[in-house]
Amino acid sequence: MKTETIPPVTDLPPPLPPKKVSPSRIRWLRRRRALTRFWAQFRTNKMGLAGLVILLFFIGMAIFSVFANPDRLDPTITTNGPVLAGPSWAYPLGTDRDGISVLSLVVEGSRTSLFVGLTASLISMVLGSAVGIWSGYRGAFSDVVLMRVTDAFLVIPWLALAIVLAAVFGQNLWVIIFIIGLTSWAGTSRLVRAQVLSVKERTYIERSRALGGSDWHVVSRHVLPNVMPVIFANTILTIAIAILSESALSFLGLGDPLHVTWGTIIEDAFSHGALSLDKPLWLLAPSACIVLVVLGFTMVGFAMDEIVNPRIRER
Amino acid sequence: MSVLSVRDLEVTYSTKGGDVPAVRGVSFDIGKGEVLGLAGESGCGKSTIAGAILRLHAAQTKIGGAITLDGEDVLGLSPGKLRATRWTGASIVFQGALHTLNPVQKVGDQIVEAITVHHMAADKEAYVRAGALLEQVGLPPRRIDDYPHELSGGQKQRVMIAMALACSPSLIIADEPTTALDVMVQAQVLKLLRSLQNDLGLAMLFITHDLSVLVEVSDRLAIMYAGKIVEEGAATEVFHTPVHPYTKALAAAFPQIGDPRFRRHPSGLGGDPPDPQHIPSGCPFHPRCAEVTDVCPEIDPQLWEAGAGRRAACVHAVGAPAFEASQP
Amino acid sequence: MIDPAEVGGVPQIGPPVVEVDDLEVNFKGRVGFIAGLMGRKGYDAKAVDGVSLTLHEGEVLALAGESGCGKTTTARAIMGLIVPEKGTIRFKGKVLPRAVGALRPYRRQVQMVFQDPTASLNPRQTIYEIVAEGLRIHNVNEGPNGEGEEQLVAQALSRAGLRPPERFYLLYPHELSGGQRQRVVIAGALVLDPSVIVADEPVSNLDASVRGEILALLMKFLEELRISILIVTHDLGLAWTVADRVAVMYLGRVVEIGPAEEVLQRPKHPYTKALLNVVPKAGGTERPILQGEPPDPTRIPAGCRFHPRCPVVATGRAERLGILGRCTGEDLALDQIAPGHDVACYLTELGEEP
Repeated sequence: MKTETIPPVTDLPPPLPPKKVSPSRIRWLRRRRALTRFWAQFRTNKMGLAGLVILLFFIGMAIFSVFANPDRLDPTITTNGPVLAGPSWAYPLGTDRDGISVLSLVVEGSRTSLFVGLTASLISMVLGSAVGIWSGYRGAFSDVVLMRVTDAFLVIPWLALAIVLAAVFGQNLWVIIFIIGLTSWAGTSRLVRAQVLSVKERTYIERSRALGGSDWHVVSRHVLPNVMPVIFANTILTIAIAILSESALSFLGLGDPLHVTWGTIIEDAFSHGALSLDKPLWLLAPSACIVLVVLGFTMVGFAMDEIVNPRIRER
Repeated sequence: MSVLSVRDLEVTYSTKGGDVPAVRGVSFDIGKGEVLGLAGESGCGKSTIAGAILRLHAAQTKIGGAITLDGEDVLGLSPGKLRATRWTGASIVFQGALHTLNPVQKVGDQIVEAITVHHMAADKEAYVRAGALLEQVGLPPRRIDDYPHELSGGQKQRVMIAMALACSPSLIIADEPTTALDVMVQAQVLKLLRSLQNDLGLAMLFITHDLSVLVEVSDRLAIMYAGKIVEEGAATEVFHTPVHPYTKALAAAFPQIGDPRFRRHPSGLGGDPPDPQHIPSGCPFHPRCAEVTDVCPEIDPQLWEAGAGRRAACVHAVGAPAFEASQP
Repeated sequence: MIDPAEVGGVPQIGPPVVEVDDLEVNFKGRVGFIAGLMGRKGYDAKAVDGVSLTLHEGEVLALAGESGCGKTTTARAIMGLIVPEKGTIRFKGKVLPRAVGALRPYRRQVQMVFQDPTASLNPRQTIYEIVAEGLRIHNVNEGPNGEGEEQLVAQALSRAGLRPPERFYLLYPHELSGGQRQRVVIAGALVLDPSVIVADEPVSNLDASVRGEILALLMKFLEELRISILIVTHDLGLAWTVADRVAVMYLGRVVEIGPAEEVLQRPKHPYTKALLNVVPKAGGTERPILQGEPPDPTRIPAGCRFHPRCPVVATGRAERLGILGRCTGEDLALDQIAPGHDVACYLTELGEEP
């Protein structure tokens, strides 16, 4: 019998060296190959790259705020400089009513804003995915019950809930994170469920069951990896929404007074009349940061969506 | 004069990954009342030809050669004349069951659309004609009020055929019309096509991968491989006494029940039909050929004489020029 | 029990491996919520309505019929992927349990090959992982001769014709051709050393010229590894090529079963005859074709379920022979007409041909 001719694939990896071929090595090689491919595709997407640059800038800013702490940039050291000053070399973005450099506020705020955004959307992703997978895969009664719960959460006016919860549990960073997570998981859950429903019918799922795989095996080995890209792309977008939500809550005065976030800066500026005092930078700087970060996440999220879209990936 | 005349047709798709030469020089004629069967597997270019005849491909697709339909040069038609020719000169019966009928429109409305777009009749008359067409394909006329989901696979295919007949074309192109159907329904639809074609004196180009269906329905048969025709001749002769090794292998994949040669003896080809972007040198079939010779990777086979009314693009055809082996 | 020597003269057929008895599988009819409130009931689709058959060691049994006849559902029930209403399935003498967990050891022995090779493979897994999956599910760390996982995978890939196996380890399914993908599915089934392979239309999605190789591969396993094969197909030509015995199904029942040479050349049931008539052959379309479409399994006709489409009834011959009343009124089961050849038709009692 003639041996199979292998189609000419240009990025075929070199044959494995004759020494030890272990399953874990194969897994490692596969991951590395998948990542290089993903990066090769992502690299060609201008929108994604632009977004990535923006994000890297702000992430860098956040990391910087953690480690670099010279006096000048420590906002808790008050009465540094002139109150409500305009931009100057010492204070590139001016100062606020306590004389603290707006630049240092913004840098400090980046850390907490991003932290809140990331953590809240992580909660939302985990909760939403778990519910979506469970209800999509199980179907029947679980599906009906879980979907009605999801509907309930979709309908709740998050702002009203936020106010109530803040009033009950106090204005705490973790309360904010919790509120945002609680009000956004439902959207993720619907999306994940839809994807699970379409994946569930595919023949390779049936093949896995025919091989003897348990529910857990099928879900973890086949359903989850095929649903993961959608979850990931959606999470990136959720982070953007979470940051916006946090800013909104802080702007309304529900923020944590002990932490500086872009939202609290805006709230401070607004309530102290930055506009009428003609000191717009105090207000504009954090706003611009929020807009840019949200833009960055959105662009990366859309780029990932394009890559992850199964019609393009699966030939 | 033939209804359809194709000369040296070349179709190349432009894709992100480069140019894909789907059809690389195909010529054939179809006379009035004649059925030409076009057989081949994935990647051979047969469905591309169907689209090329009515110029249905995207604008970036490069088409070379000449296509003459009813004496008119299709590739040179202005957009207005082209639209007028579509469906009235030639129409296509697609693989109907799937997505070719609009699910939110009644079946009758879709047939009427074909009629009114070509101003063949005004509204009321058009519906009467649609009903008559349905009758012609074996469906009761009242079905014009049904939606596609209310019809079975075979019935949907009949509607497709009725649509194709709507403007009385001279040529019908059938592109895998029975592939998704059950064997019994397939037989019914084939019988219908053959009888319509006979009664109305239509020319037909029947495209499919199922060689056994073609043998039943066609007068002449052309086998395609890697964008070119590799063998052509009378249908039964090509099937029962193939010359080209590819035709031999393809015919062997459709065993005749009762023939002891096939019993417990599946035969097939190794390898796969070539990717249009990576066609082997010389004769494109040589890597998989059971009768390959030394010269095959180097020569460019043309359709040489291989018997009465038969041509084959192979060194083993009787009319092939003698080739010097490249090495003694 | 079929005497091996009497089965079409192929003596190497062994004892029964899979025995199906009176299998019934229903799909529940659905009604909308409001209709349900109004007391309307949905009709259950009796996809499989009393099927009994036996698969012997070393044989190829073809399960043939049009779509909707229940052949795929029967195959899935044999695989344990569908829970039947009634009936038993015995594997090497032991009855199959219902619980999914208890089915696991059975699953090692009976493997499935699906129709669409592309859909059968997880596009995110490499070929190595796809083939190794079975070993991992069943915690097989060592082969019978002490081979490690990698060796077992390499062996399975080689046996399926993918050589050298190492070059395929890190490839993804979309980088292979259709024929190669089906070989990967087969390798994944082989790696567990099964006794039975259930193949559901294994070659209909493949290019015609590639089909022969895949079929030849399956037949090789028969000889070398003594694997029994149940092929579900609508293509009687395929049954002629590979099958030892053929079972023809219609609307949830087996209507004829026997050696391939007999059933395909001298059919005794009018439906088998009609199916053979429509296999395309050179010479034109002039042959008797059944009217209508494959029937609806929610509305099974009374009497012989084939009678509304039966040419013997339609031409009046049934009436002339005096069996019309029974054809339209009395249900019937398979009857042995020759050793190893069973038919469910009233004509056979009279010794008539369809």
